[in-house]
Amino acid sequence: MSEQNVINVVIAGLGGQGVVKASDILADAAFRAGLDVKKSEIHGMSQRGGSVASDVRFGPKVNSPMITRGEADCLIVVAPDQVEVNRHVLKAGGVLVSPEALANIPGKLPAKSINIALLGVLSTHLDLPVGIWEDAIKANLAEKHHKLNLAAFAQGRAVMQG
Amino acid sequence: MAKQLQARMLLSGDEAVALAALNAGVLLGTGYPGTPSTEILEAFGALGGKAQWAPNEKVALEVGLGAAFGGARALVTMKHVGVNVAADVLFTAAYTGVTGGLILVSADDPGMASSQNEQDNRHYARAAGVIMLEPADSQQAYDFTGAGFAISEQFGLPVILRMTTRVCHSKSIVEQKPLPQPAAAPSFQRDIPARVMIPAHARPAHRRLRDKLAQVAAYAESCAQTLVEPRGKALGIITSGITAMHVRDAAPEASVLQLGVSYPLPLNAIREFVASVERCLVIEEGDPILVTELLAAGLKVEGKSERFRFGELNVDRVRRIIARDESEEAPAPRGKPPMLCEGCSHRPVFETLRDLNCIVAGDIGCYTLGVLPPFSAMDTCVCMGASITVGLGLRHVLPEAEARRVVSVIGDSTFMHSGLTGLAEMVYNPPATGHVVMILDNGTTAMTGQQEHPGTGRDLRHEPTHKINFEEVCRAMGLKQVVTVDPLAGDGALATTVSAALASGELAVIVARRPCILAAPKIRQYDKAAAEKLLARNAACSAAVTE
Repeated sequence: MSEQNVINVVIAGLGGQGVVKASDILADAAFRAGLDVKKSEIHGMSQRGGSVASDVRFGPKVNSPMITRGEADCLIVVAPDQVEVNRHVLKAGGVLVSPEALANIPGKLPAKSINIALLGVLSTHLDLPVGIWEDAIKANLAEKHHKLNLAAFAQGRAVMQG
Repeated sequence: MAKQLQARMLLSGDEAVALAALNAGVLLGTGYPGTPSTEILEAFGALGGKAQWAPNEKVALEVGLGAAFGGARALVTMKHVGVNVAADVLFTAAYTGVTGGLILVSADDPGMASSQNEQDNRHYARAAGVIMLEPADSQQAYDFTGAGFAISEQFGLPVILRMTTRVCHSKSIVEQKPLPQPAAAPSFQRDIPARVMIPAHARPAHRRLRDKLAQVAAYAESCAQTLVEPRGKALGIITSGITAMHVRDAAPEASVLQLGVSYPLPLNAIREFVASVERCLVIEEGDPILVTELLAAGLKVEGKSERFRFGELNVDRVRRIIARDESEEAPAPRGKPPMLCEGCSHRPVFETLRDLNCIVAGDIGCYTLGVLPPFSAMDTCVCMGASITVGLGLRHVLPEAEARRVVSVIGDSTFMHSGLTGLAEMVYNPPATGHVVMILDNGTTAMTGQQEHPGTGRDLRHEPTHKINFEEVCRAMGLKQVVTVDPLAGDGALATTVSAALASGELAVIVARRPCILAAPKIRQYDKAAAEKLLARNAACSAAVTE
């Protein structure tokens, strides 16, 4: 990368799994941290259940909104069967976060919050304060969904810290 | 978009255009939904701007031009293929010019994420003779929209703001800066030689247009949208739009000239840039337009090879262009293709057409997915409205047994967009075997994200307005057989109706009506809100009468 210290995160899955919502929250968190952010996805057909992948890049200065193949620092995949389709974006030694990571979490996790729980896992690999993550979750979801998703986020974080 | 008062925001390119339009005092935003442009008018409406969906892009641009003749600023939005529909207006609007600023947003789709072709609308600026601005991210989308209205008014010409999927749908940071030159109040100033394009007026108008373009080119030599970034002398890159961002990542040491005004070209600034570097590359997404023009101007520049004409560019492909790397690119792994939703009312339609072995002339919308297995029940899809007319063409020439199997399938929004002229053709020049048109009315423009249209009875904000009744329109145009069915009724009526229409040898329209399964809950809400509003108004009226 030309610009130093740009973090590249790809979030992938199928239409309806909250891929775009998760990338909105990540981008908002980086934005709230005062960083430059660009986020890009192709979502024309996503409501029809097709594959969706969203690129989020943040750091002191970001140019292209797209992540180059083999240059993602982290890859979140919400649908287990979409892991292989997206693995090529990861750089050598990059972090893969998939629902497998949530296999042993304590308590029940609602299917609709898997995207947020995976953000919780991701958050342990990034340098963004928890308070900012929580603000970003609240800002991007309706109030009635706050409690459930903040809990899912905490569950995801606990996986890595527990 | 309640964040409008914040100084620093994370916005999509579409949202940034909407915000700039609001701040620039745009009095009217109009367009037709089309990925990736749709969100512009939705955001403009949500911010409090006057935004409306037109039946199609030609209508939208005409309405916008009228507003601009009246001295108001107008914003007209569409996807790239929409400009084909609006082209008739565009070419002569370049002659008439405008009083209030007029921006036409052309949202191109290189790589065809959600389109039937990847036409490069930079050609339109050249063909029609209008100004083109190309932003590379949301900040530039905001800045160029604001500047675009001032430029349009300064030179009296429409401006095409050309965006691409990656600029429209990417989010990046926007700082709200004050915009130049506030909007003037609208008023009508008669100017017959400028606006009535009879040949005697159009001949001088064409010369005026070329003079204006020469003035714009001179302006572009040093304007804020012509971005020169001198770095190393070894390599210089001339570029525009999103590619400028890929270039900055792929070649951080290279000097860059980003042409924010990509038509007409500031040739002196370009010549100076070319002379300042040892090797000068033109890197542009899509067709080799800039490089062809710069070579014709005698400049020593290199272009990309033909393989990079296809699809989107990205950082990796820009590196390859710079390195002259012609090795095969790894194909992107195939993801899961989209499909018709479970419970979608289009499903039984395509099962029926498949089972009846129909030749299906299709159209643009969700229902184009009827081409995929397990239906495989679509034989043509070309452009908006072509289902009816391509079906008629097939009916006219095919041997009778084949002709009798032809059915045209069109969605409700597409029917309003450009199905009516096809119906006129059908009743005016009926094929010998008759014809069957199915209007798949799911009560929304589903594919682009459930926008309203003149057949839904609701406006852009989902408030009640006049509703066009398809059956009445068809009967008024002279069709005798007009039948309405519920495709999800499960009573066999769908198959029986289609079979009977095919067997009749007459002209028939079948309206298959059932709300989109994704839109239905919202439609119920809109209906409920409208009913409550009506009730409240009636109560207020009777209270007034009682008093």
